Amino acid sequence: MGKWTRRGVLSAGVLGGTGLVIGIAVRPGNPTETAGHLVLGEDENLLHIYLKIDGDNRATAILPHSEMGQGAQTALTQMLAEEMDADWNLMRFEEAPANAEYANMAVGRGYLFKGIDFPDVVVPTVDGLMLNLADALGMQITGGSMSIRTTGQYFLRAAGASVREMLVKTASKAWGVPESEIRTAKSMLHHDSSGRLAPYSEFAAAAAEMTPSSTPKLKKTSQFSIMGHSKPRHDIPSKVDGTAMFAMDVKRPGMVYAAVKRTPVAGGTLRRVDDNAARAMKGVIDVVKVGPSSAAGLVGTYSAGDTIAVVADSYWTAEKALASLKLEWNTEGKERVSSESIFEQFDRDITAGVDRANDVAMGDATAAFDSAATVLTADYRVPYLAHTCMEPPNATAEVFADRAEIWVGCQNPLGFRQHLAANLGLDVQQVTLHNYFMGGGFGRKSNADYALQAAMIARQVGRPVQMVYSRAEDIKQDFYRPAVQSRFKAGLDADGKLVAWQNTYVDKHEPVEAPLIPYAIAAQDIGHVASPTHVPFGAWRSVDHSQHGFFTESFVDEAAHAAGRDPYEFRAEMLKDKPRLLAVLNRVAKEADWGRPMEEGRGRGISLQESFGSIVGQVVEVTVSGGKTWVDRVVAVIDAGYAVSPDGTKAQIESGIIYGLSAAMYGEITIEDGAVAQSSFADYDAIRMHDSPVIETHIINSGAEMGGAGEPGTPGVAPALANAIFDATGKRVRSLPVIKADLRSDAEASPAVAALGA
Amino acid sequence: MTTFTLNGETRTVDTDPETPALWVIREQLDLTGTKFGCGMAQCGACTIHVNGRAQRACITSIASLEGASITTIEGLKGDDGSLHALQQAWIDHQVPQCGYCQSGQLMSAAALLADNPNPSDADIDTAMRGNVCRCGMYGRIRSAIKQVAGASFYDAMEGSQNG
Repeated sequence: MGKWTRRGVLSAGVLGGTGLVIGIAVRPGNPTETAGHLVLGEDENLLHIYLKIDGDNRATAILPHSEMGQGAQTALTQMLAEEMDADWNLMRFEEAPANAEYANMAVGRGYLFKGIDFPDVVVPTVDGLMLNLADALGMQITGGSMSIRTTGQYFLRAAGASVREMLVKTASKAWGVPESEIRTAKSMLHHDSSGRLAPYSEFAAAAAEMTPSSTPKLKKTSQFSIMGHSKPRHDIPSKVDGTAMFAMDVKRPGMVYAAVKRTPVAGGTLRRVDDNAARAMKGVIDVVKVGPSSAAGLVGTYSAGDTIAVVADSYWTAEKALASLKLEWNTEGKERVSSESIFEQFDRDITAGVDRANDVAMGDATAAFDSAATVLTADYRVPYLAHTCMEPPNATAEVFADRAEIWVGCQNPLGFRQHLAANLGLDVQQVTLHNYFMGGGFGRKSNADYALQAAMIARQVGRPVQMVYSRAEDIKQDFYRPAVQSRFKAGLDADGKLVAWQNTYVDKHEPVEAPLIPYAIAAQDIGHVASPTHVPFGAWRSVDHSQHGFFTESFVDEAAHAAGRDPYEFRAEMLKDKPRLLAVLNRVAKEADWGRPMEEGRGRGISLQESFGSIVGQVVEVTVSGGKTWVDRVVAVIDAGYAVSPDGTKAQIESGIIYGLSAAMYGEITIEDGAVAQSSFADYDAIRMHDSPVIETHIINSGAEMGGAGEPGTPGVAPALANAIFDATGKRVRSLPVIKADLRSDAEASPAVAALGA
Repeated sequence: MTTFTLNGETRTVDTDPETPALWVIREQLDLTGTKFGCGMAQCGACTIHVNGRAQRACITSIASLEGASITTIEGLKGDDGSLHALQQAWIDHQVPQCGYCQSGQLMSAAALLADNPNPSDADIDTAMRGNVCRCGMYGRIRSAIKQVAGASFYDAMEGSQNG
């Protein structure tokens, strides 16, 4: 295969060749032997790799996912606590260390073997296999909206249930009563007829000697008392009083600060540096160069060019000195590349269709277009997008000849640790990684480039170094949501029914199903062509769905209007055999009061998007006045199968919508002379308080297999917005961001419409 | 040498007078609740109170604070350690996600309410538009401010108007 993908490597590693191999070392067994030394404090017993209990009966979930705002740690703890019949007030959680024992086997199992029920006897073998594989790949990933639907669903619930079983067994032996007579509730064991009762902690040490079952009996939904209820997030109190620790809040004895600048043209090298002025500044310690690096990322492969760093006794001095450097960079022949030239290339490559590969080939599209009564075509475009996490990339490092220590906030601690070890010439065991809350992640903090920069600088200066990106550096040295062009052709029959759908786009990554449509259209020809650029790309909240959601849900809207049909009803008719999707669509139309007359200058649009195992419907209401768009209201419905923490799910949808809306309204990274042109929130802005809409979120618990929540809110907002703008103005936005579209119309000359925006 | 009051305590620092207060507070005075977000007063993550008014610490030179009274997020609690009403409202509404911008959001909101106990939506827009939240929790921030102001607010958890 040409590039690393989760699906590709896992498939090749596990299924390529002999399929499931029996006889691989089975882990996890008794966790105390392998992981106890990593996570246990005084007076604590490790009953399961994911759970320990202390002498005061407090239980701590040990979670292999990091916190970047999504709140999954609280929800995961709920899942474990539910099955173990814990007292919620006695539950805590901590993040697992970056060790092989805590590699994300669940992500692999969920990804590869989704929906497969293994016979009980092979479950430990499959888990052991996935663990070995996940360790080898450095997977301790938080991404893909995976935490709850894989780790939670496959492992934490089983962990809770198996711990409960072990505690019952040990109590039964100690009390000399049958297991069936022992009842558990709120972290207590009860034997009602004898009146015996004991806290879990009393039997924790004995239970820790046992090997937990991989296939304990799980509860039914109707038995839940912790799952399905909104529990306040454990991390929130520390985030209102300034005590929450982010990586940038770390301070090491003797620590100095580094400001950095990497080659403006991605992959470039440093030709010349004049650092005389910088070195003369009071407080400047050193000016050092860091060479290029590359590694597999969650999506694609990252590669980064030369970096120049100024190390000083304060960050402000380092920044000032960095600005004084006279730098000359090699541009590697990319100095003529611009956003215009990139889109010209996309256009050319789509037209040429060289090596076009099909995602879907269904029915006879050529014949269907030939006999269609109406054919419509359109080209859609989206620009590159940066992540702009509120906390810019930063890391603190201490590097010695035989070991290294790093303090960072990242989405893949184990992967970062392995990447650092490989590049520092150390064994993984010689690298210690401390992971902190991330001030935003959104995919950016899955690439280890920034952690490695800090380590390389620290090694050169021989002191603890805290490296911090300026906001400009953050924006210019990102791994961007790619710019993409997508070409559509649709055929309608004489009755206005969609009979043919053709789509060719550039740049296919993940998830592979992102460009697919759910609608019953007999002839479909969906495919892609390669059109690579030198601009680094990576995972950006919802990944390929972020562009294809906009493309497909806008173009199906165009088809509805071409057919003279209501866009909601037009979709609904094509979803008769997809009851789950139809239920979401119907619900969002109902909650938004679809069809309610709107004033001139106002409009509403609808979208439906399935991503990361969840279905989200959105209705956006806008006011367009004086060519300016105001988003007034967003109504969203999510069916994630089952919402473990309903308010947490709602918060994720609200967040995903604002993230998608920021991009749709304002987000545009442009390339000029081969380099990124933007450098601050002034030219790469986000939605703020004054232009944020009211968001109303509704949850459907359909009981279907669990889906994610962190990303599914994002893809549907741009198309619903564009569809609403069309409804308000008759103008179709086929290129984002919206602020660049000319939306002035005759209707807006009317004072009544102008007044709406005032 | 610059002398000022920080969260009620007199502090003196000896540093380059042009150094932004943000870095002095974080690096020298070890109060890390005030965050670096952009360094150009475009995001509000570093908001502090200077003599009761919200100000961006990243563009406030330390020399300009001579004799001033400074409050950071660490000083927002009451003298008895009780949460400021806004901090409690932030918990009630489960406002923070990543939480990185929230010190600044709270400091801007606290300055607003100290000045204007009954802000309109437009007042909230004006006072808070300098504070970016990339997790997009604006709706919950607005509701939390209104709850403290005793106004009716939209409850995202319940999906209804409240108060």
